[in-house]
Amino acid sequence: MPVVLQGLLTILIGVAGCVAYFYLSNLVLDKVIFPARGEKAGHNINRANQVRPWLFLFPAIFVLGLYLVYPVAGSFIRSLYGRNPDDFVGFGNYVALAGSPDFRISVFNNFLWVIVVPGMSTFIGLVVAQLTDKLSWGNIAKSLIFMPMAISFVGASLIWKFVYANDADIGLINALRAMVGFDNPIDVLQIPFWNNFFLMMILIWIQTGFAMVILSAALRGIPEETIEAAILDGANPWQLFFRIKVPQIMTTIVVVWTTITILVLKVFDIVYTMTGGNFGTEILPSYMMDFMFRDDGRATAIAFVIMIIVLPVMVWNIRQAQREMR
Amino acid sequence: MDNIAGTKSSLTWATHLSVVILVLLWLIPTIGLFVSSFRDRDQISASGWWEAPFPVELTARGRTSSEATQDGEIFVVTGNIYEDPEAQSFFPDGGGDVVAFGTRGAAPAEFAAGTEADLGDGETLRVDRDGSYRYTSPEDPGDRGQRVYFAAQSPPSFTLDNYEQVLTADNMTQAFVNTLTVTIPATIIPVLIAAFAAYALAWMDFPGRGLLIAMVVGLLVVPLQLALVPMLNLHNRIGIGQSFMGIWFAHTAFGMPLAVYLLRNYMVGLPRDIIESAKVDGATDFELFVRIVLPLSLPALAAFSIFQFLWTWNDLLIAKVFLPSDDASKVMTVKIADDLLGSRGGDWGILATAAFVSIAVPLVVFFSMQRFLVRGLLAGSVK
Repeated sequence: MPVVLQGLLTILIGVAGCVAYFYLSNLVLDKVIFPARGEKAGHNINRANQVRPWLFLFPAIFVLGLYLVYPVAGSFIRSLYGRNPDDFVGFGNYVALAGSPDFRISVFNNFLWVIVVPGMSTFIGLVVAQLTDKLSWGNIAKSLIFMPMAISFVGASLIWKFVYANDADIGLINALRAMVGFDNPIDVLQIPFWNNFFLMMILIWIQTGFAMVILSAALRGIPEETIEAAILDGANPWQLFFRIKVPQIMTTIVVVWTTITILVLKVFDIVYTMTGGNFGTEILPSYMMDFMFRDDGRATAIAFVIMIIVLPVMVWNIRQAQREMR
Repeated sequence: MDNIAGTKSSLTWATHLSVVILVLLWLIPTIGLFVSSFRDRDQISASGWWEAPFPVELTARGRTSSEATQDGEIFVVTGNIYEDPEAQSFFPDGGGDVVAFGTRGAAPAEFAAGTEADLGDGETLRVDRDGSYRYTSPEDPGDRGQRVYFAAQSPPSFTLDNYEQVLTADNMTQAFVNTLTVTIPATIIPVLIAAFAAYALAWMDFPGRGLLIAMVVGLLVVPLQLALVPMLNLHNRIGIGQSFMGIWFAHTAFGMPLAVYLLRNYMVGLPRDIIESAKVDGATDFELFVRIVLPLSLPALAAFSIFQFLWTWNDLLIAKVFLPSDDASKVMTVKIADDLLGSRGGDWGILATAAFVSIAVPLVVFFSMQRFLVRGLLAGSVK
């Protein structure tokens, strides 16, 4: 199988290439350009040490710059052109988007996703983290709830098709309905507006485990003195949780929340596999894929809208990181 | 801890119970997929997967034998319906009890088993629970036997047929190999590149370091969607086009921010004494990195590798854009989302099996490496 060989060859060339690059570039720097001998030895060592970080950083900076920084500009410029790359339309694509009902539905749905999914995942994750904290079999429970993290969005969508299927012999929801006496199966993915929430459920199912793992570690990190003091003061379990524990892990909760928010803005797989964006379930990433390969101008314009929505989170993240480094 | 005081046993029970319910809620969908992948098509459409251990009532059809014996005025045909090859074909594992029968396709279970049905024109038919029948007619029935529909309990049957079909007939093996081919280089190469960069950002002093770290944090959240069109155009212009080469580059780059961020966070926490004493002993940065920092960072390297592996294995978006859409280079996620869901939308057994094949490897990796994964998550998010 030639593809496999190609893959093996790539691993070999890639790994050998990287190692060779780092090793040889350091060697050249130390022996050829700034040799640590002769009358300027000390000076040369200093110069070499000034250059070395950039040797270490170069491959990473190169791919980051090419694949993540350049596209921000590249996409924006491309979005100013029409379907034909020579056809300058200014902000025409954005104007067309603003006037399109599909785009408005996508933005509306996307905001629903951003409000519901991170909130629910974080909340359920927090509850599970707290509940399992003291259980003898807590780790098993956690590992089972964490499991969907390993499953692809496509796989998860298929799994949930067996819950939502429009057939009482396949879909759990319709089976439950049949059990309580409704004879006509319904397709929950075609109920206007509410179908969005059935799709969100899939992502909540996946992301709760992530929230749980991080919040569980944060809960364990709370100083015990504060908890003991609260118990001595007569706090009941509810007060202990909401008044003592939650405020102390608030920063972690916010980190989890924003991480999931960013993810929500990228996920197109679930909508794509479950409804294909029909029945009023379109969101921005899946709406963009409708135009991908057909109208690059429109596709990049949608991508840029996503970028603008993410921007506040990005700024907040950078601020947070800088505060931690000080 | 919390249960020093004020814990009621009722509350403990409530905790156990609610965790059990939550875990079940989380597991049931996956179990459904797993069970369905082992059931055959007829059973899937006849009963839910939660009824898989119980017999299923299947409707089948057959014909009576054409050899009639004359008994006075009437002709009598006797025999067993399961002797008919057509009826047998519905029950590869042998038929169960006949529950009901009929002679019209519109009403296949018109009469209860064991009762004498009056078919009009003086014809009667009786089918017993074991499948034996007695058909009487005032005229010679001729060469063709009487059409019989019947409903029978089919014993629960589990099969590997779905797996056989998915793995042999549906090009899924090719897709599996393609997924592996995309995943492994796209996991190994970024780890290597990122490790050097992370070391520089953690332990080397140079102007602009803070800015670079801030940039990496910022790039963590840049939506991939932005890169699709410009990078695909670039790939086309430099001749890579849609190919494995292109997707390796893309995955390497898209995994880079998280890799650098995670590894730097980990390396910065390594003990300063070790690194400084090695420097005093005259180790160069390259030696220091290879001999000391890299081995000490193994847990973080493992954590990121698992992330990147899961992410590239499960990816649909990048594979759709950067790989050609022919059968020879489709990965499993694309195969399932575009081919199977479209053309086999109703074949639940095949869908379940394909999905299970595609999630089996990540699940194994997940359960065997969970420790590293959790550690990596924590290194990335908790301070």
